[in-house]
Amino acid sequence: MNMIVCVKEILDPEIPAKLFKIGAETQRAIKPSEIKLVISDYDESAMEAALKIKDAVASKITVISLGSESATNVIRHCIAMGGDEGILLSDPLFIDNDSYGTAFVLAEAIKKIGDYDLILCGRQEGDWDAGQVGSGIAELLGIPSVTIISGIEVRDGKIVVERLLTDGRETVEVATPVLVTVSSEVGEPRYPNLRRIRESYKKEIPVWTAQDVAPAKAKNRMLSLWVPVREAKCEFITGATPEEAGTNLALKLKEAKLI
Amino acid sequence: MVDRKGVVIVGEISNGKLASITTELLNIGRKLADELGEELAALFIGSGMSEAAREAISYGADRVYTIDGPMFADYLTDSYVGALEKFDKQFYPELLLFGHTSLGRDLAPRLAFRLETGLTLDCIDIAIDTETRLLKKTKPIYGGNALAVYVCEGTRPQMASIRAKTMEPAKPDTSRKGEMIPFDPALDKAAIRGKVTGRTKEEVTGIKLEEANVVVCGGRGIGGMEQFQKLEELAWLLNGAVGATRPPCDDKWCPAHCQIGNTGKLVSPALYIGIALSGSMQHIAGMSGSKTIVAINKDPEANIFGVAHYGVVDDYTKVLPAFTAKCKELLSKG
Repeated sequence: MNMIVCVKEILDPEIPAKLFKIGAETQRAIKPSEIKLVISDYDESAMEAALKIKDAVASKITVISLGSESATNVIRHCIAMGGDEGILLSDPLFIDNDSYGTAFVLAEAIKKIGDYDLILCGRQEGDWDAGQVGSGIAELLGIPSVTIISGIEVRDGKIVVERLLTDGRETVEVATPVLVTVSSEVGEPRYPNLRRIRESYKKEIPVWTAQDVAPAKAKNRMLSLWVPVREAKCEFITGATPEEAGTNLALKLKEAKLI
Repeated sequence: MVDRKGVVIVGEISNGKLASITTELLNIGRKLADELGEELAALFIGSGMSEAAREAISYGADRVYTIDGPMFADYLTDSYVGALEKFDKQFYPELLLFGHTSLGRDLAPRLAFRLETGLTLDCIDIAIDTETRLLKKTKPIYGGNALAVYVCEGTRPQMASIRAKTMEPAKPDTSRKGEMIPFDPALDKAAIRGKVTGRTKEEVTGIKLEEANVVVCGGRGIGGMEQFQKLEELAWLLNGAVGATRPPCDDKWCPAHCQIGNTGKLVSPALYIGIALSGSMQHIAGMSGSKTIVAINKDPEANIFGVAHYGVVDDYTKVLPAFTAKCKELLSKG
């Protein structure tokens, strides 16, 4: 199975809220100096899903990422997890694009790679939460897509996936080539061992620019981005004892006509 | 460019009735259509659809389109996207709105790319700029830490999916008149790839989490399955539903479908009560639309207090029984 996994490097979404700030000019989150960039967690799940297939059938996994130079770190992380090759897509012309532009560049890169049976993406970015890039790549490549999956296997040459619904799960069977987007329910991503981490640093990661893959114009424009200011600060309800605090909370909610 | 007109919402039917998200879409859709001075239509797609689709008229639709046939019995990306593409080429809507549901999450992005237009998913607010007639789409990003507003200027239709419970539902008025229009997209079956081979439905007793007006949510600090079940009593008293952060679901204290957060349910109840949970980003992203947030946690530094309106900093095992008992008394229920 020839697989391509698309991954993104993001600001750790679990940073404390008070460290979170938006740059007035860049209209992007400012990276606090002490916080590291990480792989978007759903993308790590996509990598894990690819490795589960590789555990079962002979496979090759190519990891691609659109981002700045530092995104080679998340590519290396995926190679250390068990990936084979990596390609970085990096060009100032790729930045500041929307889901359309991002999917377009990734799809062009995948066309250039050429040989693939299965493409895996995270269900949505851990930062912008757009949730469109996977479906978009599939549409641009003209291949089927199954989104938000929690399990995947190869059966008689076909891909069988379990898809998460709001009120249950369904099983979908589809022939290759196909694109899937993966949710964290697929299982805990494996830890790379030390040997593989070391090897991943020896791996050459080619960089493709706008000369290799054509960029596209965005469809959406962001008008504004802001951190909402809460008008009301938290009102703390107290009491002589914890029990009394509980009683007072009920009285407060009644008074505010909330119960 | 063809002259596009009108607002179309993609409706859903659940248990033979309009899904609550659909009545919410009809309400906001009606408002936007009136602002644009255009018509509101609802589009339903499925197999053997009941008369429920007609109900959309009393909820505000001027027209109801139905795409009905055995090939739409199961949701498959190819058949649904294909049908909506044909619909778009026939009726040219200006705005196309979806619920941010299993259907909307998969259908809307693929359709947007097919129609080569801009979509914003999981909006918590949408409004028409009356000057430019552009749809301003507001969505939470960075795990709910920030909000962004998008517009799609150069391409049409303008598309968005809306998070459940962020809009008021429409009130039905049975005297309203409207037109039912069946539409046959004449899809080629051979173009449909993949098939659904099985489905399991989670049995939900009581009020659905994403439709509940009150959500009682427990976190890791609850401590165990037995303690977790005590949240049920409070939820029942308040006519609400029980939710959870990720750890209680991972530890099987409660079913997986109770999980609230980015990867679980997105809820926006009138009252959210978070108990013994820290408030991780991915959880906050799933509940930050709640109108009033109450938190009980012994750690004053817990993130949840940053978004809460009312808080008690203490051991929940002591606070909760007294709180529940007082609620019971005040509501004289039980």
